[in-house]
Amino acid sequence: MQIIDARGLSCPEPVILTRQAMASGEARYQVIVDNNTSKENVTRYAHHQGYEVTISEQDGEYTLLISK
Amino acid sequence: MMKNERTIIIATGVVVGLIASLLVYFGNPANMGYCIACFLRDTACGVGLHSAKAVQYIRPEIIGLILGAFGAAYAHGEFAPKGGSSPLTRFTLGFFAMIGCLMFLGCPFRMLLRLAGGDLNALFGLVGFAGGIYAGIFFLNRGYSLKRSYKMTTLEGSILPFAAIILLALLVAAPAFIHFTKAGGGPGAKHAAIAISLLAGLAVGSLSQRTRFCMVAGIRDFILFRETKMLWGFVAVTVAALLCNITLSAVTSASFFKLGFFGQPIAHTDGLWNALGLFLAGFACVLLGGCPMRQLILAGEGNSDSSITILGLIAGAGFAHNFGLASSGAGPTANGQIAVVIGILVVTLIAYMNTYKK
Repeated sequence: MQIIDARGLSCPEPVILTRQAMASGEARYQVIVDNNTSKENVTRYAHHQGYEVTISEQDGEYTLLISK
Repeated sequence: MMKNERTIIIATGVVVGLIASLLVYFGNPANMGYCIACFLRDTACGVGLHSAKAVQYIRPEIIGLILGAFGAAYAHGEFAPKGGSSPLTRFTLGFFAMIGCLMFLGCPFRMLLRLAGGDLNALFGLVGFAGGIYAGIFFLNRGYSLKRSYKMTTLEGSILPFAAIILLALLVAAPAFIHFTKAGGGPGAKHAAIAISLLAGLAVGSLSQRTRFCMVAGIRDFILFRETKMLWGFVAVTVAALLCNITLSAVTSASFFKLGFFGQPIAHTDGLWNALGLFLAGFACVLLGGCPMRQLILAGEGNSDSSITILGLIAGAGFAHNFGLASSGAGPTANGQIAVVIGILVVTLIAYMNTYKK
């Protein structure tokens, strides 16, 4: 499973990194972000691509488990 | 959920567009309910950072946007001080974004409001703006990044909101060292009452914080991801302001809508430089991650990278007027044209270095 560390990156870099990772065609990815905007944007993009997203939060950082 | 999101963003756009149109009714310059570039420039002159006598006024809309975003972020646990992502590069991008905006005579927000007022010169701005966004996306897709930010102290994230309160106090107290354009002396003399402007800023600031409203994101995310959420907001602002302008023109004796290219308020008809100005602004804003208004909102959330960007915008405004770079109704200046070309080169270099030479 690819892990994408997008903490601290400006819009829209977290979504671009997620898209680039998805080009590999794997079934599962883990994306780490540190703000609500990135969490929402990556989740929206993953949904558009037909993935399910499970989110867990710890100390203001969000781990998004993206899977098909 | 996605349909719900679209409804919320359209509703926000409608409210923002109506407020922008009504601010002109209440006294703001024509087609300038909001212009983040112009208002930062006016504010800079209000505190004497430059001396263009026609544009001296501490704009309460700016104060309200920062404090509205601060309040909304705080109430929703989203006040999160962070910074340290290439601050001086961001300052420079902010500086040249302002040079581009003052060539066009408006930020991306005012571009929409000019369209809503029937000013077709803004179409050239829109084309240039979209081109600038496209240029930024070219580098984003190839790995452009200003590197990550880190958590900062509460104090670091609070300085700009605190400065906004100080500015408000200076505006209200109006000591001798704060400058005001004399009545009839230019756009700086045209403004709604302080309380109205402040409330309008607070409302739009809190709404924009909640919805992540951004004038760059609409076109950017559509090109990048075929994501239409923010584009709907972009359109909603324009349509709402347009309908409100037409209604106000019908029910009052003043004119809020005039279709055409010539004789438009605080605008010039040089299509090429209108386009190049917003090309520069759009390019720089994509590299910054958001439009000038979004930078104010993020600054309110405690993001000191955005605060530095705002200082860059303010510095750009000061230099634009000190060096004669800003356009006027008569058209662009030669100095301004040189500055925009330099700006495009500098922003391209910043994009290149942060994409291929990281």
